[in-house]
Amino acid sequence: MATENAAHGESLVFHPLDQFKITRLFGEGPIEWYTPTNATLWMALAIITITVIFVLGSKGRALIPTRMQSVGELAYGFIYKMVEDVVGHDGAKYFPMIMTLFIFILTANFLGLIPGSFTPTSHIAVTAVMGFGFFIFVTILGFAKNGMAFLGLFWMKDAPLVLRPIIAVIEVISYFVRPVSHSIRLAGNIMAGHAVIKVFAAFAPLVLISSGIGLVVTPVSILAITAIYALEVLVSAIQAYVFTILACVYLRDALHPSH
Amino acid sequence: MATETTATDVAHGGTGMAEAGMPQLDFSTFPNQIFWLLITLAVIYFVLSRVALPRIGAVLAERKGTITNDLAAAEELKQKAVGAEKAYNDALVAARAEAAKIVAAAKADIQKDLDKALAKADAEIAAKAAESEKRIGDIRAGAMEAVTEVAKDTAKELVAALGGKADAKAVTAAVTAALKG
Repeated sequence: MATENAAHGESLVFHPLDQFKITRLFGEGPIEWYTPTNATLWMALAIITITVIFVLGSKGRALIPTRMQSVGELAYGFIYKMVEDVVGHDGAKYFPMIMTLFIFILTANFLGLIPGSFTPTSHIAVTAVMGFGFFIFVTILGFAKNGMAFLGLFWMKDAPLVLRPIIAVIEVISYFVRPVSHSIRLAGNIMAGHAVIKVFAAFAPLVLISSGIGLVVTPVSILAITAIYALEVLVSAIQAYVFTILACVYLRDALHPSH
Repeated sequence: MATETTATDVAHGGTGMAEAGMPQLDFSTFPNQIFWLLITLAVIYFVLSRVALPRIGAVLAERKGTITNDLAAAEELKQKAVGAEKAYNDALVAARAEAAKIVAAAKADIQKDLDKALAKADAEIAAKAAESEKRIGDIRAGAMEAVTEVAKDTAKELVAALGGKADAKAVTAAVTAALKG
């Protein structure tokens, strides 16, 4: 009996990171690059959600929009204005790309808030591909558009001549740190929030094991889950916004490197 | 008991080591995630850039155009309304002036009629008054004659009654003198 209780108590062991595991959808075996996994599933759900909102929602092309069309139009207007404000008028060409990043991150973040779901954006592999991919893209674009003048991005003309080389070194370092912080910020925020929820969730069934302290811990942890969840809803939107606006800033630097 | 716990501990530790750290750093899953991510981004980019964004952009532009047109139409209608109000006010002023003119004309007509009627009435009254005066004069003359006759007769009778012989001529003269006096 005592050992059984102890075994029961050990079932409270925390696995807050298990939710991030990549698993095969079908069958057993190693995970090859083409294997359909839970990441595949939730990315596909993101595609479906985006298609429903943006394609089916705007199907009516109504002058007075339906709710779904309104959502699509608001997202469109929001990102379009951001691109125009940050990048400038020549940024409109890159609007679909920025929109793709924003909508994918936002949808994946929100879908990840469904209990039991998987969040692709909590994985550094995913965010790094987007972050570094965008970094490489804007760097090539910068050289293609401005030639060697793109290096003027690192040469502060307002600064005193003595300081310019030092500032240039700092600027170059900060330029190459951009994709790292860009991708780790997103994955880190999403992962941390989900892990914290899971930790509190592990405390929640304590009342089943110990009716003494459990009576206090269980309600508190449920309240904490609710609070962190609300915060995570906010973080999901804010991180998508932050990722997008930083992408816009990097794009502007590539198109207009002169300070 | 002791061995059991150590065994479970070891087992736990073992699994912990096997799945060490975060699944995020399990590089064996990276190709898989990157592959599916690139496909996902490509699909989303295709769906957005080919279908969704042009459509939404067109709808927004159309709405903006409609709103601009409606505002222009509203402005035009407002101008029309202002014009109509001005025309209405002008018509009102004109109608008032016309009415005042008509009233003045009617007043003048009535005054003329009234004056004519008054003059006619005055003339009639004057004619009637003259006739009446003449008749009164006649009556007065007739009365005087009668009085003279009666006075003569009465005087003759009185003279006769007093025993005198009345000279008709003298009596008549005396009465006439007395009446005149």
